[in-house]
Amino acid sequence: MLEIHGLHVKIGGKEILKGIDLTIRPGEVHAIMGPNGSGKTTLAQVLAGRATYEVTGGKAAFEGKDLLAMKPEDRAREGVFMAFQYPVEIPGVSNAYFLKAALNAIRKYRGLDEIDAMDFMTLVQDKATLLGLDETFMKRGLNEGFSGGEKKKNEVFQMAVLEPKFCVLDETDSGLDIDALRLVAKGINTMRSPGRSMLVVTHYQRLLDYVTPDVVHVLVEGRIVKSGDADLARNLEKHGYGWILEEAPRSAARA
Amino acid sequence: MVSKSTIQEQMAKQEYKYGFVSDLDEEMVPKGLDEGIVRLISRKKNEPEWMTDWRLRAFRHWLTMKEPKWSNVTYPPINYQDIIYYAAPKPKKPVKSLDDVDPEIRSLYAKLGIPLQEQERLAGVAVDAVLDSVSVATTFKEKLADLGIIFCSFSEAVQERPDLVRKYLGSVVPFNDNFFAGLNSAVFSDGSFAYVPAGVRCPMELSTYFRINAQDTGQFERTLIIAEDGAYVSYLEGCTAPIRDTNQLHAAVVELIALDDAEIKYSTIQNWYPGDKQGKGGIYNFVTKRGKCLGVNSKISWTQVETGSAITWKYPSCILQGDNSQGEFYSVAVANNYQQADTGTKMLHIGKNTRSTIISKGISSGYGRNTYRGRVWIHRGAANARNYSQCDSLLIGSTCAAFTFPDIQVQEPTAQMEHEASTSKIGEEQLFYCQQRGITPEDATNMIVNGFCKQVFLKLPMEFAVEAQKLISVSLNLEGTVG
Repeated sequence: MLEIHGLHVKIGGKEILKGIDLTIRPGEVHAIMGPNGSGKTTLAQVLAGRATYEVTGGKAAFEGKDLLAMKPEDRAREGVFMAFQYPVEIPGVSNAYFLKAALNAIRKYRGLDEIDAMDFMTLVQDKATLLGLDETFMKRGLNEGFSGGEKKKNEVFQMAVLEPKFCVLDETDSGLDIDALRLVAKGINTMRSPGRSMLVVTHYQRLLDYVTPDVVHVLVEGRIVKSGDADLARNLEKHGYGWILEEAPRSAARA
Repeated sequence: MVSKSTIQEQMAKQEYKYGFVSDLDEEMVPKGLDEGIVRLISRKKNEPEWMTDWRLRAFRHWLTMKEPKWSNVTYPPINYQDIIYYAAPKPKKPVKSLDDVDPEIRSLYAKLGIPLQEQERLAGVAVDAVLDSVSVATTFKEKLADLGIIFCSFSEAVQERPDLVRKYLGSVVPFNDNFFAGLNSAVFSDGSFAYVPAGVRCPMELSTYFRINAQDTGQFERTLIIAEDGAYVSYLEGCTAPIRDTNQLHAAVVELIALDDAEIKYSTIQNWYPGDKQGKGGIYNFVTKRGKCLGVNSKISWTQVETGSAITWKYPSCILQGDNSQGEFYSVAVANNYQQADTGTKMLHIGKNTRSTIISKGISSGYGRNTYRGRVWIHRGAANARNYSQCDSLLIGSTCAAFTFPDIQVQEPTAQMEHEASTSKIGEEQLFYCQQRGITPEDATNMIVNGFCKQVFLKLPMEFAVEAQKLISVSLNLEGTVG
């Protein structure tokens, strides 16, 4: 589904990603962990097409297509979704209106008619129930005055409605209390399917207690220094990143 | 990704689709202004002596006045002797009914989407069409007359209801009020008049469509609306003008009077030619609009969507004289390219328990300068007066500017005042978020702008809310991007 080779990325002249290789097959859930400033969010943003990041080398193919050559909106329409770490507020534009505009933009790109208003309401109600969102939620301005938890739930809710093929979740677990974390994890797990892949960026093990990854990567200093199964994440939680740095002297030496 | 500068460039490529000129045979008075011209205009309209005298008094006073310089706009000096003060299409035959309206004029209004036939698309709207200096047609007059409602051109009102015109003309905006109101009082050529008798709720929207066609002319119309006890009327005006390199002056006066328990809702969709993207040409829109809540429990509500004009100088205001009366001002003003808007309101609280609400939304783009200027004045004795003001500015790009000059004066200890203001910029983050959901930056900008204006659009009559939304998109050149 996604193949990344030798990806180098700069921001403001500083190199953040120094050669990322990553292959995610259909149905797989990969977790990216790593200390602050290791480049996790940069990787997520670059995959989504944020223009402030400059790709200086390497390539990324999504279902065989050159992902990096696509405009951000076309990546979304192709089926790439990012749950933002800090979702923006758009006052006066209701959640329902925004989501319908997004859904129709994607449908149009795929040659489908606009969704019928009744079908849309049914669709959003089903997904909203899943995340424990009440009916007033759809009428409120997009993330307008939302708590941190509500914003994160909204990201997963949008993901559930838009049904992307590939989901990047950028620290979706940060700022959530335990109940909200469970709901968000439930939302993510419901989305898991053989045709859909995910890249979960997180600092902590706690989300991975609920969403079991197939592969865990440790990102340090802009490089993936270790990959393994779900046990790797548990070890990190127990022992911190120190032992990895020792095991990977090459990158540590450059620190 | 489409960069922000590209969006700005696209916005600059604004197209003004009402910029055509109609080839009409027009009768004009010579350029310039003196007592002779004032008398000539009055004579052409066959006015009674009191009307001519009023104009002359206004003119003589105007000569002693100075053009105001306090507003936050700049423009070269206006030569008031270089303007034609009266231009009227020559009627090919006397107009007795709508069927007699010159087909050229009819087709001009058809091009603008304004039906001069009754029972058409806007069947719930009665239209008075003002072309250059005169009213050319008014629809649904008979139907309204059945209810005792008078809706006609100002000129007709002077002839047919001199009692009402004499009683109320200048009672809200006297001719010595300000420079532009003084000029208007001397040379106003036509406008609309509406009178709703006691206890009548006007069943349709009354609307006036102002069109400037002739070159080098100024448009000086005057509107007077009176709602008797318990009456209700909703009135809407729209404005367009051809694309020309030179600036044209529009100096209108609107007076509203609401008696006991009466309500007047006045909406404006102002789309005068704004000038080209280098700031050449465009209308100077210097307008005085004021309503008087004379009666108890009366209400006057101004809603304006100001997208056109090179310069807008306009402060629709309310004098809240009757106890428990209410004033409202809802405004969206756009300044794109080199447009300058200095607009806002005055709420003068005199009666007890008077309430006012001000919601102002300014959008600046390109090199536009958008100023909100407002005054809330709670006079001594206006016990328990309340005001809520909210002034929001939205900036698109980094070369535009927004200013806010609120002025609050309170002489009454029981008054309650609330003022909120915000300035925001359509940010790269917001656009990227929308793009990540499959929405183009143009559609996203449109969506953000509409969200910003929503509180005001909700106040417009239904038929026009959609039009207003489209107009904003066109003004910012975002049209056609939202399906």
